[in-house]
Amino acid sequence: MTNTEVLIQELVQKHGRNRNALMPVLQGVVACEKFLSESAMIAVARELDLSAADVYGTASFYTFLDTKPRGKNIVRVCKTISCHMQGKEEIIKAIENHLKVKVGETSHDNKFTLLTANCLGWCHKGPVMLINDEVFPSLTPDKAIAIIEEFSKKTN
Amino acid sequence: MVNLKINNTPIQVEEGTTILDAAKRLNFRIPTLCNHPDLSVAGNCRVCVVEVKGARLLAASCATPVSEGMEVNTNSEKVRIARKHVLELLLSEHNADCTKCFKNGHCELQELASEYRYGDHIFIDLVKSGDKVLDISSPSITKDASKCIRCQRCVRTCTELQAVSALAVVHKGDHQTISTFLGKPLNDVVCTNCGQCINRCPTGALYERNYIEDVWHAIYDPNKFVVVETAPATRVALGEDLGIETGQRVTGKMVSALRKMGFNKVLDTDFTADLTILEEGTELLTRLKKALVDKDETVKLPMMTSCSPGWVKFQEHIFPELLDNLSTCKSPQQMFGALAKTYYADKINIKAENMVVVSIMPCTAKKFECNRSEMRDSGFKDVDYVLTTRELAMMIKQAGIEFDKLEDESYDNILGESTGAAVIFGTTGGVMEAALRTAYEIITGSEVPFTNLNIKPVRGMEGVKEASIKIKNTKPEWSFLEGVELNVAVAHGLANAKQLMETVSSGKSNYHFIEVMGCPGGCIGGGGQPIPTSAEIRKRRADAIYAEDMGKTIRKSHENPEVVEVYKEYLTQPLGHKSHELLHTHYKVRKRY
Repeated sequence: MTNTEVLIQELVQKHGRNRNALMPVLQGVVACEKFLSESAMIAVARELDLSAADVYGTASFYTFLDTKPRGKNIVRVCKTISCHMQGKEEIIKAIENHLKVKVGETSHDNKFTLLTANCLGWCHKGPVMLINDEVFPSLTPDKAIAIIEEFSKKTN
Repeated sequence: MVNLKINNTPIQVEEGTTILDAAKRLNFRIPTLCNHPDLSVAGNCRVCVVEVKGARLLAASCATPVSEGMEVNTNSEKVRIARKHVLELLLSEHNADCTKCFKNGHCELQELASEYRYGDHIFIDLVKSGDKVLDISSPSITKDASKCIRCQRCVRTCTELQAVSALAVVHKGDHQTISTFLGKPLNDVVCTNCGQCINRCPTGALYERNYIEDVWHAIYDPNKFVVVETAPATRVALGEDLGIETGQRVTGKMVSALRKMGFNKVLDTDFTADLTILEEGTELLTRLKKALVDKDETVKLPMMTSCSPGWVKFQEHIFPELLDNLSTCKSPQQMFGALAKTYYADKINIKAENMVVVSIMPCTAKKFECNRSEMRDSGFKDVDYVLTTRELAMMIKQAGIEFDKLEDESYDNILGESTGAAVIFGTTGGVMEAALRTAYEIITGSEVPFTNLNIKPVRGMEGVKEASIKIKNTKPEWSFLEGVELNVAVAHGLANAKQLMETVSSGKSNYHFIEVMGCPGGCIGGGGQPIPTSAEIRKRRADAIYAEDMGKTIRKSHENPEVVEVYKEYLTQPLGHKSHELLHTHYKVRKRY
C-alpha cells in the first residue's frame, strides 16, 4: 500500500464511508499532500464506493481541493478589486521575480506554488495574501518577499 | 388534494404534484430541457420558469410543487421574456452547427429555438472562445462538448439508472463541463457504452459513433456480399423514427426496406437468439449437473446471461470476481457473425473475405462488442458494422423509401427463421422466459407449467424480478433435478443489476440463473433506439414484443427448424466442438476505476 492509500484509510476510519465523508476525506488528503493526485482520487473512490469521475467532480468544484501538483507552501494573492486597487499587481510581480515562477507555477525547489484567489475578505487591509492557512495583510512587495523568505527557511 | 389555478383555469391535483405536471393535465405545455421523466429533478436549465402570483421570483415549474390557492401563469410577459433570455443564453454557449449536426431534426434545443424564432443575438456569442473537446475515442459514443448545455441529464442517467457514473459535473461557473474522470477519453474510462446518455441528451452533445457511410460503401461495392441481421427489439421501435405510431410492429416493412436498400441477404438475429437458448440452456443444465451431482466446486452458480454487451462490460469492470458466472455464450449478434462467415458462407458459396455482416441493433454497446478482439472466430471480423435503429431509419430516409407504404416481406433463409422465444429477447425477462421454455422441456419432456407458455412472473418493468419453478416428472437422465426448485432472477438497467450483484457477491442469494439486460426495459429501451424514451414508450414496445411472440406459430427455440438443421448439418450438438469454437467466448478483467 502507498503512503497515500494508508492516509486515506486512516481518514476513512475517522470520517466513515458515507458519501458525506467525501469532503473531509479529500480535505485530509490535501492537508497532507497539498493536492489530489489521480491515484489519491481513485483510492478515495474505492474506499467510499464512488466512481472516480464523481470524486473528481467534487474535487474540481473547490478551489482549495487542488487536482494539480502543488509545492509545499501555497501562496494565494487576492486578485479581487479592492486588493487590485491597493497594488496586488506589484505584489504578484515581486513574488514572481523572487521565486522565478509565474502565477499557477511551482518553484523548482518545490517549496512554493504561486496562485491568485478571489476575495479573502480583507478588503480593509489589502493587498493581502494567504500562505497555506495564514493571512498576511497590508502587504508591500518587500514585506511579501520577507514573509516568503521566512517560510522558505522553515521548509525543508 | 390541492386546488390551484393555471392560466385562470382551476384544477385539483394530488399534493406533491409539480406545476409542470399540473399544467400538462390542463394541456398547457411548458418547455423543458433538463427535465426527463426517467430522472430526478434538476431544475438547472430554467426554460420551464412560470410566474406564481405573489412570488418575487419566477419558479422552475419542474421543481416547484403546487400549493393551495396558487395562481400560476405559464405565458405572462415576464415569463416569455425570461424564457427567451434563458434560451438566448443557452444558445450563446452552444455550437449551433445545426445543419452539420448528427442530431439535426432530433434536437430539443433546436425545436425550442424554432418555436421561439429568435433573430437577434442579445448576448455575446461565447462558443468560439471555448476550448471544447470532441471525443471520438469510443467505438460506440461520440461526445461533443461544444453542443453541451450542461443540463446534466447524462450525468443523472449514468448515476441513477446505470450506477456507473462515468460522467460527472466538473469545475464550476463558466468553467463547468460534463466530464469523465480527469477528462480522459470515453474509451479509457469505466463506461459500458450502453448509450442511455444518448437517449436522454437533449442536444447533439452525445450521439452514436455512426457507420452509415461505411455501410453504404459496402452495399455499393460489387465485390462485397452484404448480409444484414436485425435484432428483436428493432422491429417494434423503428417505425417511431419513420412516422409510425409507438408500439407498432414493422418487421415485414423493415425486411422490405433493407432489401430495397440493396443488402444481398436480409437475415435475422432472432435466429441466433434461438440458437443462444440451445447453447445457454444446455450450459445451464450442464452447470447444474456438475454442481448438484458431481459436486464440482469449480462450477459457478448462479449462471448469468451474456447477451447484453453493456452488462458484460459492466461485470468486467465492476464485478470481475463474478466473471465465471457469466455464460460463455456469445451474444446472438456475434453468434450470427461467426456462423455467417463460416457455415453460411460455405453454404451459399461466397468467400468469407468478401462477405460484410451488418447488424441492426437497438444498442450502442454492440458497436463496441463487434470490435472486441475475441470476436474474430470466423478468421475475419465476425460482424463488420453495427447500426442503431436510429441509423437505419436515417438510411431508409436517405434511400428515398416511403416506409409506411411498404408491403410486408419475409426474411431470407437460412438464418432467417425464428420463434416467439427469440423475439422476446428484446425485452426484460425475455431471455429468461425463452430459456425456461426450452430447459424445462429438455428436463421433463413437457411444456413449462404456465398458461400459453407465458411465464408472467418474469415479465414487467419491476427493477428486479424473482421466480421459482418446481421441476416435476423429470426424464430419467435429469432425475437429479426432480423436485428441485429452480430459482431465477431478472434485472434490467445497471443500477438494478448492481443491487442484484451485491446480493450474489455477498453469497446471500440462492439463484440458479440470472438474466440481466444493461438498459432499462431491456433492448426495447436500448441506447440505440428512437428518441425519446419513457416508461410509457418502453411499455408499448414491450407489449408489441409479446404480441409478436403470440403471433408466431413456433414459440420454443428448440423447435426452430433452421436451428435443428444447423445442428444436424454443422454444429452437431449444443456445447459441441464447433459450438465452442464459434459460439462461445471468454471475458477479461477490466480496471475498476
